[in-house]
Amino acid sequence: MSGEVAVRATGLGKEYRLGEHTGYRLLSEALTQRVRRLGRGRPPRERLWALRDVSFDVPRGETFGVVGHNGAGKSTLLKVLARVTAPTEGAVELRGRVGALLEVGTGFHPELTGRENVFLNGAILGMTRTEVQRKFDEIVDFAEVRRFVDTPVKRYSSGMYLRLAFAIAAHLEPEILIVDEVLAVGDLAFQEKCLGRMEQAAGEGRTVLFVSHNLAAVRKLCPRSMLLSHGRKFAEGPTDAVLDAYVRTVRADAATGLRDRPDRQGNGRFRFTSLRLESAGRPVDVPVSGRDLDVVLGYESRDGTRVRHATFAVSAYTALGALVLHCQSDVAGAAFAELPPAGEVRCRLPRLPLPAGRYTLNVFGTAAADVADWVQRACELTVAEGDFFGSGRVPPQGHQTVLVDQSWNLHEVDALPRPAAAGS
Amino acid sequence: MSHAAASVVRIEPPRRWIGLGAAELWRSRELLYLMAKRELQVRYKQSLFGIGWAILQPLLYAFVFALFFGRLANIPSEGVPYTVFALAAVVPWLFTSQGTAQAAGSLVAEANLLGKVYFPRLIVPLAKIVSFLVDLVIALAVLAIFVAVYGATPSAGLALMPLFLALAFLTVAGAGLFLATLNVKYRDVAIAVPLIVQLWLFATPVVYPGSLITGAWQYVYAANPLVTVIDGTRWAFLSTDAPDPLSVAISTACAAGILLAGLLYFRRTERYLADVV
Repeated sequence: MSGEVAVRATGLGKEYRLGEHTGYRLLSEALTQRVRRLGRGRPPRERLWALRDVSFDVPRGETFGVVGHNGAGKSTLLKVLARVTAPTEGAVELRGRVGALLEVGTGFHPELTGRENVFLNGAILGMTRTEVQRKFDEIVDFAEVRRFVDTPVKRYSSGMYLRLAFAIAAHLEPEILIVDEVLAVGDLAFQEKCLGRMEQAAGEGRTVLFVSHNLAAVRKLCPRSMLLSHGRKFAEGPTDAVLDAYVRTVRADAATGLRDRPDRQGNGRFRFTSLRLESAGRPVDVPVSGRDLDVVLGYESRDGTRVRHATFAVSAYTALGALVLHCQSDVAGAAFAELPPAGEVRCRLPRLPLPAGRYTLNVFGTAAADVADWVQRACELTVAEGDFFGSGRVPPQGHQTVLVDQSWNLHEVDALPRPAAAGS
Repeated sequence: MSHAAASVVRIEPPRRWIGLGAAELWRSRELLYLMAKRELQVRYKQSLFGIGWAILQPLLYAFVFALFFGRLANIPSEGVPYTVFALAAVVPWLFTSQGTAQAAGSLVAEANLLGKVYFPRLIVPLAKIVSFLVDLVIALAVLAIFVAVYGATPSAGLALMPLFLALAFLTVAGAGLFLATLNVKYRDVAIAVPLIVQLWLFATPVVYPGSLITGAWQYVYAANPLVTVIDGTRWAFLSTDAPDPLSVAISTACAAGILLAGLLYFRRTERYLADVV
């Protein structure tokens, strides 16, 4: 049976419409547009193939990795495989019961107790009631929330909540498991547990499709992988080779991606053309917390002339959109009175003070006090865990947004005599 | 893994005609039950009166209507005390209005769920409506008590009550599915729904007897399936005149039409729901 194919995708494609037809709008807008458009035909819609011509086979029992940077089509592929959205062309055949984990805790309701949520979430993920009943104790023990099963989950700590959510998903026992980066959440110990659970699933002969940014995890779990780039399959084969290709495309992308971005603001006096991350003089894909990081911005002036009085800024936002860092050249005391027509400006962050996680970077430049170029989400930044404090310990995740140098000391104080009862 | 061959899922671009999804819905009835239960739990958890709201709401409406329309405006009530006359209409009406409004907002409210996991999408609006069936049953019990207290006499129509309620359910399901789908694309539906429900109330014999509309107009009027639902409920519980057979036929046909339209629109949009919501 080992030669049997569990997942077969052939010529898979997904097209999205951009512009006016994306997402919801007001009925009144739709009507006025329709009236205005009378007799003029439909304007051409901008279309984007998020996924195109992707074919691959996953034999039964294999753990198959899917890598690619943001916007490469990973999430779209996941959504198609999970049947959340329909493909535009091509087909996928899945042989066996499918469990898709695009996010843990989907459908959890804060007002319901842990027990109620286990049954509800189990049903949403496709388990029958008898199945949930049979595994209930196992789930609760795996999540370590035995004492709180009858407490509404809104009173849970975020760790408990996450553990319970993952525990349900981990006990799904499908024949084909499709996993998104659920492992990017939770503390280290829990991540280990999740990885262990996935390894176990693979060992039991299940087919696992693992989609992740976490290259170390992909390397560890998946003998074979596929690389997506700009919606197409870029490479497929042994994971080591695919990951090498991944790192190369990341560099190539950073060098060119920014130049062609249409979604930018500013008068265009100069424009950012590239963004590269370097650590210790070498390009890095995933910088490490606590190591020096250089953000290298390439720019070109519009008409090949020199640019006077320029400032630059780079800011980092969390995945949830909260600002964590804002680095601005003039505020930091760097003056660029005159810029050559093209060049690279380097912003060094000594001992990168961001904890492990995913961020986005905005880049911003002014010339003669006017905004020249401003690109939001210019690049995704994934920071790996590192020993920021040089203490041999990795800062726990989810407890801080920035890492700050600190020192602690202790000295004894003589106990003071207790004050007399106040107010009498 | 012997049963693996039995479950092959093929994911393809949607065809034009994708059926009504009844078989899939039936397979997921357990999830429908749990989602409806969740609705109920969430609705009445941490509320002062809890499930008592299901009793309080129809009574409040009935008393207020009795005061303003029965006492002050002297609207006829076909020889039945106005309070119980109003209550017999308020009970199915509340199910209709609440079910429709809640179903209309349901897809948008569950956007996150829809974008993350696959299950028959029909479950989301249906769970809302099904959850109001519990309120409906409680309210019917209250109605029965009031009928006894006011000394009204039920008729043989009581045996047909499940059919009238089924008619209400089909109407609510159709209208709810249609509005829920429209709401995904156009968010002003959320603003329009209370207005639509309000207008619908006036087109329904809740505060006045349906017998006010006579002649050919009564058949136009019967295009609103709630007319038959409420005439039928009053007939069953209060022995007012039985609904006219032709009106019943028109209402039933319209309810079926509304349901079919709502269901087809929903199924057509369902395939790219996650991309728009």
